[in-house]
Amino acid sequence: MKVRYAHPPGHVRTPAYVKGRQGVVERLCGTYPNPEERAYGRSGLPAQPLYRVRFRQTELWPNYRGSISDTVDVEIFHHWLEPA
Amino acid sequence: MEHHDEREAHPHSTREDAEASLTYFQAMEVAVRELLIEKGILTADQIRRQVEDMDGRTPARGAKVVATAWLNPPFRSRLLSDGNAAIAELGLERGPYKLVVVENTSQVHNVIVCTLCSCYPRWLLGLPPDWYKSRSYRSRMVREPRAVLREFGLELPDSTTVRVHDSTADMRYLVLPMRPAGTEDWAEEELAALVSRDTMVGVAAPTKR
Repeated sequence: MKVRYAHPPGHVRTPAYVKGRQGVVERLCGTYPNPEERAYGRSGLPAQPLYRVRFRQTELWPNYRGSISDTVDVEIFHHWLEPA
Repeated sequence: MEHHDEREAHPHSTREDAEASLTYFQAMEVAVRELLIEKGILTADQIRRQVEDMDGRTPARGAKVVATAWLNPPFRSRLLSDGNAAIAELGLERGPYKLVVVENTSQVHNVIVCTLCSCYPRWLLGLPPDWYKSRSYRSRMVREPRAVLREFGLELPDSTTVRVHDSTADMRYLVLPMRPAGTEDWAEEELAALVSRDTMVGVAAPTKR
């Protein structure tokens, strides 16, 4: 999967360092009310699928020093993901 | 006559009153708390009790979970597949968030960070340490974890995969550290004493003292 490269205004839960980056889904965590809606007093419903996406460090940081197998796992909501 | 410093004249010197001037957020907390009490939504005793409960949550809870997992392989499996249900077996509160337990092995080292704020499994570890909330830890742990771990005194070989977990939404993470060698016949309480807060965040490894 790939994380959308987008910078919408307001509250977002996708850290900038993974935007536009490719990773693999490690697991589906379940469905949760969308915090980006709840931040403005709305219900956040319907609940959105939340995934844990695993990124290789070398995909995130071109100058990464460390093992090629090192990873970062980040929780990403469905609406931030698109096919790689 | 020799003039004495005023501090010498008062051997029980007092610290400067920390409440002399409130910060913006301290003032807001006082205002909201007083309003909640005045409107009869909460009582002062209920608030006090919550603070007391929070202070009662310490890393000893997490250490009990880890020591039990070391001694009881079926419990360990259940802990890794459903953290909340497993800790409830030990009489601990399930917690307000989904608990994901990640296991360290000789091949994989896990470490926890929350880059967006300071999410932390408070019901198992208590309040997070100041460094966990610092901008430096939050920004560097995802970018140069091996350098940060080295600063904590943990040097990992290149053959170990470093797996950073960024707690950005509804999961909370606990590291299940590796049981130190030479503790095979140890009892649960002795094992739990080896498990510190930092080993459950993943910035340290338990060692036999």
